[in-house]
Amino acid sequence: MTLRIIGCGNCDRGDDAVGVLVARRLHALGVETHVVETRGIETHGVEIPGLEIVEHSGESFSLIDRWTGSDRIILVDATAPSGTPGQIRVWNVPADRLPEDVFPCSTHAYGVREAVELACTMNLLPQILLVYGIEGKQFSFGAPLSPQVERAVETAVQQLLELARTMTAPAQVARD
Amino acid sequence: MSKQPARTIKVETLARVEGEGALYVKLKGDQVQDVKLKIYEPPRFFEAFLRGRHSSEIPDIVARICGICPIAYQMSAVHAIERALGVEIDPSVRLLRRLFYCGEWIESHALHVYMLHAPDFLGYPDAIAMARDHQAIVQQGLRLKKAGNRIVALMGGREIHPVSAAVGGFYKAPSKSALKDLVEELKWALDASLATARWVAGLDFPDFEQDYEFVSLSHPEEYPFNEGRIVSNRGLDIDASVYEENFTEQHVQHSNALHSVLRGRGSYMVGPLARFNLNFDKLPDVAQQAARDCGLHAPCRNPFRSIVVRAIELVFACHEALRVIREYEPPSAPRAETTARASTGQAATEAPRGLLYHRYVLDQEGLIVSAKIVPPTSQNQKRIEEDLWHFVSQIATRPNEEITWKCEQAVRNYDPCISCATHFLRLHLERDST
Repeated sequence: MTLRIIGCGNCDRGDDAVGVLVARRLHALGVETHVVETRGIETHGVEIPGLEIVEHSGESFSLIDRWTGSDRIILVDATAPSGTPGQIRVWNVPADRLPEDVFPCSTHAYGVREAVELACTMNLLPQILLVYGIEGKQFSFGAPLSPQVERAVETAVQQLLELARTMTAPAQVARD
Repeated sequence: MSKQPARTIKVETLARVEGEGALYVKLKGDQVQDVKLKIYEPPRFFEAFLRGRHSSEIPDIVARICGICPIAYQMSAVHAIERALGVEIDPSVRLLRRLFYCGEWIESHALHVYMLHAPDFLGYPDAIAMARDHQAIVQQGLRLKKAGNRIVALMGGREIHPVSAAVGGFYKAPSKSALKDLVEELKWALDASLATARWVAGLDFPDFEQDYEFVSLSHPEEYPFNEGRIVSNRGLDIDASVYEENFTEQHVQHSNALHSVLRGRGSYMVGPLARFNLNFDKLPDVAQQAARDCGLHAPCRNPFRSIVVRAIELVFACHEALRVIREYEPPSAPRAETTARASTGQAATEAPRGLLYHRYVLDQEGLIVSAKIVPPTSQNQKRIEEDLWHFVSQIATRPNEEITWKCEQAVRNYDPCISCATHFLRLHLERDST
């Protein structure tokens, strides 16, 4: 049973990079068994069998493609500022609807939230879809990561590792 | 005579266009007083920061101008630099470039036809709402777009901002077997494109025609991608090397993007409608027949029918991709060697949204001394405003909400790509009763 963690964002837009940075941190830890990145690079690690790490821009239509072939997906993306930068919130889709004002848009106003909505409408959701939102502070061109968001990267990575171990454990598979 | 009320209509977030812009329409009674397509996205200074970079770096840098049409920027750049350096490319490389462009046209046109423009015609706020009632259609659009993505990913190393294009060719040429893996999906895509054309031909089009000057590339044997003279329906017929003698860019106060005009003539239109009207006889039989079956004839002067033309160009791009794959033999070397020299080169290619002009001046080391880039949306900006002047006049008696909707739809006829950053266009419609 595979679990795919997809880190979304734009590394040139300040805190919007956070999803991609989480994916890169997980990748650097060598936890995944197979990685298919937008850079076209493949590597192989061993620590958590069945875990895949993917980087993505967050553009809706190709994002839906990225979860094809895996029944367990965790999306990691920046959320809009609301006074608590670095705060991590988790949505369990489709039970939880993604709030419209929380997820910044991507190309042509179709981003992560729109990908999830479109997939809901078209019955293209994976069996399990968790959306990990990390609140950003600023999204200017070329801006650095906010300190609070930088700290949240490590917190999110540790939480995701724990979650990944649970979700890919054989006992979990057997229950399915 | 009663005083007609002043009307101000604002569309705060017209999505489904690329980049940051606003639209301002002022009406006095039912007379249009002013139309401004305001592009307030900050200037990005690409032409300035290309200076001093080596010409071999340019294809990868200009690909970053746009996430939707990076290949167009790469193709115009490599052709301009190759013309400066006097580089002859291998015929197989030429074929591969056409295939590369097919991929971009397929993904860009599929995105626009299905996800960005069709909701306007069918009365939905966006593709997500449309999918609730037209799931099979949206699925078809997503799969078509994916077929284009596959070509781009194979040819370019990745789907977005591909990295394989080089001055002289490609860093790596694909094998025949790798290309053949695309065939089955492209055969499906060709059939799906024909179905797309039939579907969009049945949409309801506003009765609106304009007397445009259409401008596109024209090649003696091919529907244009990378090569050809720049022609128009009013006698323009020039090489790209004299583009700047015939076209000029004007700064207008309300836009951070320059307005391109034909010297002494004014606005013009580039893009699918222009290409179709000027190159109909170069389309393969299957695309010509599809157009006739859709009741589409050149010249078509109704910009709302551009959605049908894009579908016809989808048919062409799928058919052309299959032809290239059939005829492809790997080149002896993926790219030609180049020798730096002080020189100037200009080229234009056909981006999905229309003519894309590049000019580079190189020094003896191959470093960029100056660069000029004129994207399609810059060329269409003035024409979009003129369309709205005339179109709003036709519908001025309608309710504000309807005018707003129709204006957004009219802007999207051009699939404007203001930038690849954020994506809002605000419409401000003001009625003055005095």
